[in-house]
Parts: sequence; C-alpha cells; structure tokens
Amino acid sequence: MLRKLLIGTALATTFAFSAHAEDVKEVQMLHWWTSGGEAAALNVLKGDLAKEGYAWKDVPVAGGGGDAAMTALKAMVAAGNYPTASQMLGYTVLDYAAAGVMGDLTETAKKEGWDKSVPAALQKFSVYDGKWVAAPVNVHSVNWLWINKAVMDKIGGAEPKTFDDFVALLDKAKAAGVIPLALGGQNWQEATMFDSVVLSTGGSEFYKKAFNDLDDESLKSDTMKKSFDNLAKLVTYVDPNFSGRDWNLATAMVIKGDALVQVMGDWAKGEFNAAKKTPGTDFLCYRFPGTEGSVIYNSDMFGMFNVPDDRKAAQVALATATLSKSFQSAFNVVKGSVPARTDVPDTDFDACGKKGIADLKAANEGGTLFGSLAQGYGAPPAVANAYKDVVSKFVHGQIKTSDEAVTELVKAIDDAK
Amino acid sequence: MSSVATTQIKLTPERSRPSVRSRLQDALPKIVLAPSFAITIVFVYGFILWTIYLSFTNSKTFPSYVITGSRAYQRLWGWTFDTDPPSSWYTSITNMGIFGFLYIAICLALGLFLAILLDQKIRGEGVLRPIYLYPMALSFIVTGVAWKWFLDPGLGLEQTLHQWGWTSFHFDWIKNKDFVIYTVVIAGVWQASGFIMAMFLAGLRGIDGEIMKAAQIDGATTFQLYRRIVIPLLRPIFLSAFIVLAHLAIKSYDLVVALTSGGPGGSAWLPSNFMYEYTFKRNEMAVGSASAVIMLMTIVAIIVPYLYSELREKPR
Repeated sequence: MLRKLLIGTALATTFAFSAHAEDVKEVQMLHWWTSGGEAAALNVLKGDLAKEGYAWKDVPVAGGGGDAAMTALKAMVAAGNYPTASQMLGYTVLDYAAAGVMGDLTETAKKEGWDKSVPAALQKFSVYDGKWVAAPVNVHSVNWLWINKAVMDKIGGAEPKTFDDFVALLDKAKAAGVIPLALGGQNWQEATMFDSVVLSTGGSEFYKKAFNDLDDESLKSDTMKKSFDNLAKLVTYVDPNFSGRDWNLATAMVIKGDALVQVMGDWAKGEFNAAKKTPGTDFLCYRFPGTEGSVIYNSDMFGMFNVPDDRKAAQVALATATLSKSFQSAFNVVKGSVPARTDVPDTDFDACGKKGIADLKAANEGGTLFGSLAQGYGAPPAVANAYKDVVSKFVHGQIKTSDEAVTELVKAIDDAK
Repeated sequence: MSSVATTQIKLTPERSRPSVRSRLQDALPKIVLAPSFAITIVFVYGFILWTIYLSFTNSKTFPSYVITGSRAYQRLWGWTFDTDPPSSWYTSITNMGIFGFLYIAICLALGLFLAILLDQKIRGEGVLRPIYLYPMALSFIVTGVAWKWFLDPGLGLEQTLHQWGWTSFHFDWIKNKDFVIYTVVIAGVWQASGFIMAMFLAGLRGIDGEIMKAAQIDGATTFQLYRRIVIPLLRPIFLSAFIVLAHLAIKSYDLVVALTSGGPGGSAWLPSNFMYEYTFKRNEMAVGSASAVIMLMTIVAIIVPYLYSELREKPR
C-alpha cells in the first residue's frame, strides 16, 4: 500500500514537472460547474478548445460550492500560482483587478469586437481601468416568475401585469388550497425576490438609485418602505415550512404542482428542463409583475489572470472560444441563461430563452439593465451581504416593521461601505 | 521521554566523556520532536499572531499590512449592544453562551447518568455501550443533516406523528428564530454524550471497590454513596470531559451549517460562522480576524483559570 502510494507520488511529481516545462497547450480552469447540466454545458467549451489543440485541466476544489472555490482561488493567487482563468462573479473580478493580478485581453477584445456586442452594464465588471480582464459567459436575469401551468389553469388565473394583480392571483391559489408562493427561506433567495419587488414598486430609476448607486435618500424613502410592505405581503403567501429550504426544492414544489409560483432567477429553468417540462405547455415564464421592460441581471464571468507569457496563447484561445457566438448559444441553451453578447441568434432557444434574449437587448438599448444587489452585481460583497441580512431579518421577524427595516438598511449599508 | 533519556545517561559509566551514541540518545527526543514543534510554532502560534496583526489593519479581500487602528474592534463593540434588531455579532455571542452552557451541562449530566446506569453490572453492557458511543464516530456534517431531516416539520418527527394520528403535535423549533439554537444543542448532545458516558464509565471502573463497601457498611444510601463519594472521586474525569466538550462547543461550525444553514435570518450563527462569513464571504478580513481574536480571548479567559485551579490542587 505504502509502496504504491510512494510510486504514485513520484509519478505525479514527475508528471507535474514535465507538464510545467511544456505548459503552453493547456488551460487551467477553476470553476464550480459540476452538476449535470452545467458540466454538460461546459463540455461544449472543452470540445471547442480541444479542436484547437488545447487540453483542459480543472483546478480541483474541495467542497464544490462557489465559496469554497473563492477561498481556493484566494490561496492560489496569494501563492502566486495563477490559474489560466477562474469562474468569478461581479465585484470579485474588480477586487482582483485592483490587486493587480488580472491579465489584459484588450487586443483580443478589439479583434473580436466585444466592446460593441457585450452590454455596457456587463463591461463595468469585465473591463477594469480600460483593460479587458474577464470574459462574460452568460447573463442571468432575476426578475422572473415561474408558474405551473396546470395549477394556473385550474384556478383560472391570467398573467399578472401589476403587483396588485399578482396578489389577487396568489389569493386565488390560496382559495384553491394550493401553496401560492414557493420560497426558500435563505437570505439570498429572499433578497433576490426583494430585488424584483423594489423594481416593481419603485420603477427602474428608483431601483438604480437605491441598489446600484446606494443613494441614501432613496434607501430611506417612503418608496423603500412601501417595498418592504409589499415583501411582507408576499411572505404571507408562503407555506409555514419555508425557512432554510434550498432554492431547487422550492422549484420542485412548482414543478410538482404543490405550489403555484416561484420568484427566482432563470437558473430555475434548468430544473424545469431537467424534469422534462416544456415552457408554454407545462410551465410559464413571466417577468415579475410591474418590471416588464427592465432586466435585473447577474452574470458568470471567466476572470483572466496575469499568467506567464508561455501560457498567454492558451488564455487568448479560451477567451475567444468563450465569447464565440456558437459557444454562447450552445452553452446558454443548456444553462438556462442568455448569451452575454447581444448579436447571438436565438434560433436554438426555447420560448423563455427567446424572451430573455429580446428583453436583454431592449434593456441594454433602453438603459434599463441593472445589476442585482442580492447577486453581488449591485454593490461590493460587504454591502450586498449587509442588505441580505436586513431583508432576511425582516422576513423572519427579527425586524418587525417596514420603518425599522428602512432604518436598518441605511445603517447596515453605510456601515459596510 | 526526555527524563528517560537523562537517567540512561547517568547510568553510563564513562560520565566524563559521553560517547557519540549516548549523545545521540540524549539528542534523539529533541530531534524527533523538533519538526512537530516547529510546525506548531508556525502554524498555530505564528498564525495567531498574524491574525492579531490583521485585526488591526484595514484588510478587505486580501491581507493588508498597514496598521490602521482598532476600527474592526470598534465595529464589533458597537454590534455587541445592538439588540433590537439583534446584530449578527450579538446573535453569535448570545448563541455561543446558550449553546456552550447547555451543551456542556447536558452532556456532563447525561453522560454521568448513563454511565452510572451502565455500571450496575447489567447484562448486555457490551451491546449498549457501543450503541451510545457510536454517534461520536460520525462527523458533524452527518449528524447535522440527519437531525435536519428528523426535525423538519414537513419531513421528520412532526410529519410522522401527524400520519400516525396525533395531529395536534407541533414541533417546529428548527424553523423558529427563537428556538433554532436549541436544536443545535439537541444534535450536539446526541453526538457527544455517549463519548462522555464512556469517559465516566472508565472513571467509575477505576474507583476502588473497598471504599464503596466501607461506605455501605457505614450505612450510606445509594444516593449518598454517589453524591458524597463517587462523584467527588470522578473530579479528574470532569476536568477532562469539560475540556473536550468546551473545545468541541467553541469549534462547532459545521453542525450549524449542516443543521440549519445559519437559521432563519441568521439566528443560529455561532462566532465561528460569523468569522467565516466576514472573512471569506464579505471580504472584511479585518473584522473576521478581530472576531477570531475575541473568540480566542474568551476561550483563554474560561479555560486558563479552570485549568489553573484544577491542576494546582493535585499535589495536595
């Protein structure tokens, strides 16, 4: 046993050394896309790179989730051992860029025309100090309703256009004995729903001022109070057992018809797809009532590190493949999100995906594409988490009134800034 | 180890010119211990100092080495008194108090009780003892997930009893912000009390039967026997059990995460959860380090006086 182990270690060491000598043809990638659908989506990229002769090497992460990956990345970067690229979210990219460890892809960006095709709101995170440091992979949007069509037909509901319509619809479901709203009582899920509630209650200008510019006046305004009241109203339609539930279990409640609707980002569509459900016949996707025309987004990005020169060619190949139209289409069809460039044809997408692509394009042109605060695209992590704390404490009753919630929100955000 | 080596040297005849062999024998324990000593110095005490240093900087995502004063401590101090609504830090430290006290007290009481019952020369002890001891072999994650399902009103105990017809039964502590910390106590006690029982059982077996017989001849009742003789004799076991339980309580992190994923509105957080959240998720490394330093000081403040008082009495 021990001998086997020793031989194994020796072989691994030799292999590692030899790999170092001729590293050029390899992409080292840190990511946490390991679940079935996600891994399948990523295989498309692996195949594209293999065609160009680049091998793919996953950087192993113990534990699986995004937090574990970010901790691993922090350690790698601190040790000066950069991966070619890493899956990253929002402000993390900017943090690493400010620390001076990100590469520069501006040349490739110019050649491929990323400036024109990638929405400006996304470039805020992928371009630092005039240099392209990350390649966006997809755009998720958060302000969606996912509705079970069979239940909807049973209770005779129609698409809600305003917040009041939505409440009326939930009342109908309640009267019919179905759980009206499927929610997982974890802080990020509650805050993700609240993003939509604020956009619906205050409109797009207000959302931007409050949750992207962190304007004090907006944060403590009566509109914000009203938003908290609306959130409290929605929470009354949740089953008593919601606290701590995972998001995909809440989605499963809608899929099975135990619940009518879930407010969740479009990654929920992946669950419907995995359950072999078709949009339009089994489930419906509507924009959160009162938010039609605006898109609250978050996006997965591949942050590109400042690797040694002999590994730069592989990095450029990875970035080019990531933002190629064919990969953007193939990947996002599987993942449930929409392409990170607006000039990708929507032919392969389902009805919800087509709507998502059209909405993104319109929002980009109309200036109504906003970062989700709950998902870390509205403000740095310290602020975003302070916000999630307040929303979650309000939902679970530690904060009792909307007056108090607004005071706490301003205090928490100021403290974290 | 080293005392053995020294006596050996004294026994060697050539005391004036120690041979290479005996010198090596003298140095061997030190050589053997040196690597682990060095590792401990760097990775335990070195990093304690590093953490203390970081807590006085303005480190955010990455460590920064510019000392900027005690703002991190000021923020924590401010949060300590934020009770309405409770700040995450206030929740964490009150939870630590509730969890630490109940966990240690119940484990000690239950462990002792089970040990006394098992010590009555009953049949089947060989089967019962491992049954109680077995939970200790599980990781906190397994314990946490199992109890999460068991306590979930929609899946576990409540649901089952409803199906059996007891529909008025109501037990939703794990979903309740005021009671969720007690479910952490339940799961923790379930896991550790069997181990504490084994410790007490070993202690009980070590008590001299003559003392017991003498007490019985003097007319002591069973209760008096345990109250006046057995429990005082178990004092060293209490010390060991306390130390084991105290460090388990303070490093409980995974149990909270697996059982409650933080609880409704973060109401099940312990200081270790707070530290991880702030250091790694919120990129406020200075605040995270400061909270770690406060945890360390709390442990020192409790354990050191206790160890001192217990160990000082021994020579008497």
